[in-house]
Amino acid sequence: MTAHVPEIHISQPQLQPESPARESQQRVSSAPVEVSAIRKFLLSRSDSVMTDRVFHVLMVLCALSIFSIVALIAWRLVVSSQLTWDKFGFGFFYKSFTDSYTQLPTYWDPVNERFSAVPFIYGTLVSSFLALILAVPLAIGLAIFLTEMCPRVLSGPLAFLTELLAAIPSIIYGVWAFFVMVPLLRDHVNPILIRGLGWTGLFSDDNPTGLGFVSAGVILAIMILPIISSLTREVMTAVPHSQREAVLALGATRWEMIRMGVLRNARIGIVGGIILGLGRALGETMAVTMVIGNTPEIHRSLLSNGASMASVIANEFTEAVSDMHRSALIEIGLALFIVTIIVNAIAQVLVWAVTRGTPSQAH
Amino acid sequence: MSAETFKFRTRMRTLTDSAVTALSILATVLVVAPLVAIFAYLVFKGASSLNLDFFTKIPKPEGESGGGMANAIVGSGILLGVASLLGVPIGIGGGIFLAEFGRGTKFANAVRFTADVLNGVPSIVMGLAVYSLVVVQQKTFSAFAGGVALGIMMIPTVCRTTEEMLLMVPHAVREAALGLGVPNWRSVLSITVKTASPGIITGCMLAFARVAGETAPLLFTALGNSFMSTSLNHPIEALPLQIYIFANSPYDDQHRLAWAGSLVLIVLIVLAVSLVRYVTSRGVLKGAS
Repeated sequence: MTAHVPEIHISQPQLQPESPARESQQRVSSAPVEVSAIRKFLLSRSDSVMTDRVFHVLMVLCALSIFSIVALIAWRLVVSSQLTWDKFGFGFFYKSFTDSYTQLPTYWDPVNERFSAVPFIYGTLVSSFLALILAVPLAIGLAIFLTEMCPRVLSGPLAFLTELLAAIPSIIYGVWAFFVMVPLLRDHVNPILIRGLGWTGLFSDDNPTGLGFVSAGVILAIMILPIISSLTREVMTAVPHSQREAVLALGATRWEMIRMGVLRNARIGIVGGIILGLGRALGETMAVTMVIGNTPEIHRSLLSNGASMASVIANEFTEAVSDMHRSALIEIGLALFIVTIIVNAIAQVLVWAVTRGTPSQAH
Repeated sequence: MSAETFKFRTRMRTLTDSAVTALSILATVLVVAPLVAIFAYLVFKGASSLNLDFFTKIPKPEGESGGGMANAIVGSGILLGVASLLGVPIGIGGGIFLAEFGRGTKFANAVRFTADVLNGVPSIVMGLAVYSLVVVQQKTFSAFAGGVALGIMMIPTVCRTTEEMLLMVPHAVREAALGLGVPNWRSVLSITVKTASPGIITGCMLAFARVAGETAPLLFTALGNSFMSTSLNHPIEALPLQIYIFANSPYDDQHRLAWAGSLVLIVLIVLAVSLVRYVTSRGVLKGAS
């Protein structure tokens, strides 16, 4: 490659010597600047073209490896779950079997190698939606408090605390939930639910352990709170101040200002944050495994034991002896993989739609 | 509208406003409460069972009292070492590509999206994938497989932080280096990356803290091992795995060890997160944490 000098159009202000500091300052603030003409020129006349090539190729390889990892994951999951896919097809996700002995419908029968993911899909959906119902109002309340009301002294430490909440590993949530939260719910909250709402059939009094969907939902809610609240906070801060001032100038109270000026503008981003929280809840494993009870059954009562897609994999995979059993668990994993990819992609698009105008703050 | 209704409405509006204020304060309290409760229990339960044995002894057989988690601590160290060797170079390389070479191209956008996808893959699924990628081929559960699983999970975080940090380095710095005749690869490595290095290290530490507590991907890759092992080709214990096993056991003594292990784990993670926060708030690279 010969070094041909390209036609360079250098815009005038770039060459002016006055206040270079401010110049660079401005460039920092507007991060994604196009590669300048100067740089292109300097690159083209470099005499170490070979090493540069190699370096470039190495970096491209790193980037490509990210692709190939995701592709490899998908490929291995598809290949390893072939056995159950061939045997059950799509029925794996909605059919049930009749137990030859009790004549009752069963779903998960490793002994006779009959598998269906229905109870796990049910468990994942129920626990995740319970978590969302509990977490969303709290997360939005926290975000409102932090962005609109909180005195400055408090907002730093509170933001740090929620950041910490996101950094606690799920196994520690699990240990705490198993030893502290479950007994608390069992002895003090569940009796109230049974007495007050028992007539709906959703809270029945037949599970003395305290494990089950409600426990899983509560611990999931605690775990997804930080992610929803920090994203909500991010999109709420992205709403321009003029919006707030305009609504206030019309004589609105603070709540009316938040409702009309902030929440209405940020709603798409908030929905994105909620979906991202849902994505996390769907795939959460350890804490759920420790408190959901791990029985592959479907009950109407939310207080009964259940199992989620992630929990059944964590619980049974090392003990699975037959290839079919292992394949069934990997197929559940594949389903989880696909669902979380879709959920996360939707969330990314929604959040991006709101915050694209402002520099990203949280990551 | 009569004056009466106007007054009434105004009062209702102020009332709603105060009610919402109270509700959001209540929400904040409800969010902070579990955090405080978790820390209180960890310190209360964990500290009382933390002693020298915890760090120097391996677990006793079930039902016997005493013992520690030395093997799990060593195992976690080895796993995290393997993970960092795999995850950090690839992550930083990907970040350099995104910031320096591929900016604005379709390929770079696709890589960025894939990194976000990889970030959202549930950790248990990562465990399954590495099981069939590494464990099945190797025909044994191993520390190496566990390290690979954790390393893959580090890549997206490292990659995205590196990109963000590199984007904050002013163009003038790059142009100055190139203008002095420094080749591009040298300018990227010793000028741009070096300038952004506090931020990049921050990203690596965040990724490190995140995978340090991961249990699910280790369940069927590293498997666990009740004896001291330092071999990459054998099953190995990790702190979170051991906590999981002990918490599920019926013995009080092992529960105590589980609490102590959780305390050690959380102290490590809080230290890492606080350090990151301290470094990012010192103004070196403010605004991008």
